[in-house]
Amino acid sequence: MGSITLKNVQKHFGEAKVIPSVDLEITDGEFVVFVGPSGSGKSTLLRLIAGLEDVTGGTITIDGKDVTEAAPAARGLAMVFQSYALYPHMSVRKNIAFPLKMAKMEQSKIDKKVEDAARILNLSDYLERRPGQLSGGQRQRVAIGRAIVREPSAFLFDEPLSNLDAALRGTMRLEISDLHNQLKTTMIYVTHDQIEAMTMADKIVVLNRGNIEQVGSPMELYNTPRNLFVAGFIGSPRMNLIEGEYAQSKGAKTAGIRPEHMTLSKESGLWKGTVSVAEHLGADTFLHLDVDGIGKMTARASGEFGAHHGDTVYLTPDETRLHRFDDKGLRIAG
Amino acid sequence: MARKSTTQSKIVWTVIAWVVALVIFFPILYAVITSFKTEPEAIDGFSLIPSGTFENYITVQTQRDYFKPFTNSVILSIGSTILALIFAIPAAWAMAFAPTRRTKDILMWMLSTKMMPAVAVLLPIYILFRNFGLLDTRIGLTIMLTLINLPIVVWMLYTYFREIPGEILEAARMDGANLWKEIVYVLTPMAVPGIASTLLLNIILAWNEAFWTIQLSTTNAAPLTAFIASFSSPQGLFWAKLSAASTMAIAPILILGWFSQKQLVRGLTFGAVK
Ligand SMILES: Nc1ncnc2c1ncn2[C@@H]1O[C@H](COP(=O)(O)OP(=O)(O)O)[C@@H](O)[C@H]1O
Ligand SMILES: [Mg+2]
Repeated sequence: MGSITLKNVQKHFGEAKVIPSVDLEITDGEFVVFVGPSGSGKSTLLRLIAGLEDVTGGTITIDGKDVTEAAPAARGLAMVFQSYALYPHMSVRKNIAFPLKMAKMEQSKIDKKVEDAARILNLSDYLERRPGQLSGGQRQRVAIGRAIVREPSAFLFDEPLSNLDAALRGTMRLEISDLHNQLKTTMIYVTHDQIEAMTMADKIVVLNRGNIEQVGSPMELYNTPRNLFVAGFIGSPRMNLIEGEYAQSKGAKTAGIRPEHMTLSKESGLWKGTVSVAEHLGADTFLHLDVDGIGKMTARASGEFGAHHGDTVYLTPDETRLHRFDDKGLRIAG
Repeated sequence: MARKSTTQSKIVWTVIAWVVALVIFFPILYAVITSFKTEPEAIDGFSLIPSGTFENYITVQTQRDYFKPFTNSVILSIGSTILALIFAIPAAWAMAFAPTRRTKDILMWMLSTKMMPAVAVLLPIYILFRNFGLLDTRIGLTIMLTLINLPIVVWMLYTYFREIPGEILEAARMDGANLWKEIVYVLTPMAVPGIASTLLLNIILAWNEAFWTIQLSTTNAAPLTAFIASFSSPQGLFWAKLSAASTMAIAPILILGWFSQKQLVRGLTFGAVK
């Protein structure tokens, strides 16, 4: 079991109100991703749940039990840190066994659990090595192994992949998703990378300056961003945000259209743009354009479209996919 | 041209370093040389060539028992160092991993006690020791040496501990380690190089401490520092015997220092190279 409820949780560091007030409901077995720009309070929120920081106000409940004042270990959660935080003086075996040893488990049981975890994580051949003799990906797996053996009610990950190179990050992303499918345990995963959020999450929590901007499934956030911040943060390349005459004609302060929701033509269309940079990814081409009367826009073309720097391209937005925001930056329904 | 001048400046610096080292080491060397002279030779002006007698060493050992102060020195320096570490490790933990706005002030305040001349508190401490029956006891001197070296021990450990990533201790906390286990199983093993050099340095400092050990002991608890001092009084000056006693007093610590110099240097530069 691993349902977690935050009620009016606040955290101040001296004068700085890093988390003004957060309410959040996490149901058992969910993969929840906290996403937001650097400094938005993701780590702080995670550390409050872990018990590594004391709340300034509010309550944290795990499986119906108030743990606001409980010590980290008493909360039954396991955490994987960005720096892996392995014990450098212990072998891989001892690292993974450490939480069990702290729980005073029998040695024979410990051995079995460590070996099981090592098998799942492909670490069996490395059990006698020190963390310093492992690659980044292997260290990450040891950190996950140390978390798994405790059979926690929820896993907490703080940007676990940010120290890995891009290729390995992709692999580990899949491995963690896979692990979640196998264990079906609640996972809270912090990242600043919206692609990680979109690909892994059941539920995304978008944070900005310590406030929750929106909570929802990846497709909810993609299709109906509640405000300009979420609209700009979720989706890659970013949504085009247009102000002025066009937005007013649609009854909005700001109109938003994603790069993939425009039809492109070399002959005619609503807007006329000049390609400044064309990024050819193979299947797709991202065109960065200077559009008359609007300014800079990004559009997604198919790989065959074949546009280059200096070409003229006409854009027509798919009006059914248009997002409208009022002067407070909030979504206008419909 | 450039290479030549760097080679030249290297030579110059090496020579300077050697000269400085020799100047610093010379008194010790001269004491060792003098210890192999006869008493008339020793008083008789400057000479680097002794007649090579072992007489002084024999006299020193027969007149006064060397092993008693030697044992005292060992007990006092090791005892006070271990005691200091027992207090300093938790103190340094608190300062490094749970700092407050006042932590820096506390550190400075602790260190400032080392900037005060010891003689300023001689009288109150002497009276306290007398009233508690601690004069000329090993326990008393161990406590005294612990107290005077504690600020340095805390300071050194604090700098080592600060090099240890806090996330590792937090991981231990998540893994169910209480404060005690966190210190025993995680912090201390990781800080072993730092703790070892602190230990060595503190043993050396305690071994060489000559103010309080001489003031607060007479015979029973007197370590080697007091042993040396006893040769400059009251029967007059016996330079050769004094030198022999000094040589015997510093030899153990010199040997310890020699064998652990790698550890000492690494420990003392630990924070700097990282
Ligand atoms: N221990 C601390 N003391 C003071 N300020 C802190 C502390 N920890 C975090 N902060 C501040 O809180 C804000 C959020 O930090 P953090 O939760 O680490 O953000 P994120 O993980 O989203 O990048 C930052 O402005 C940071 O400077
Ligand atoms: Mg962070």
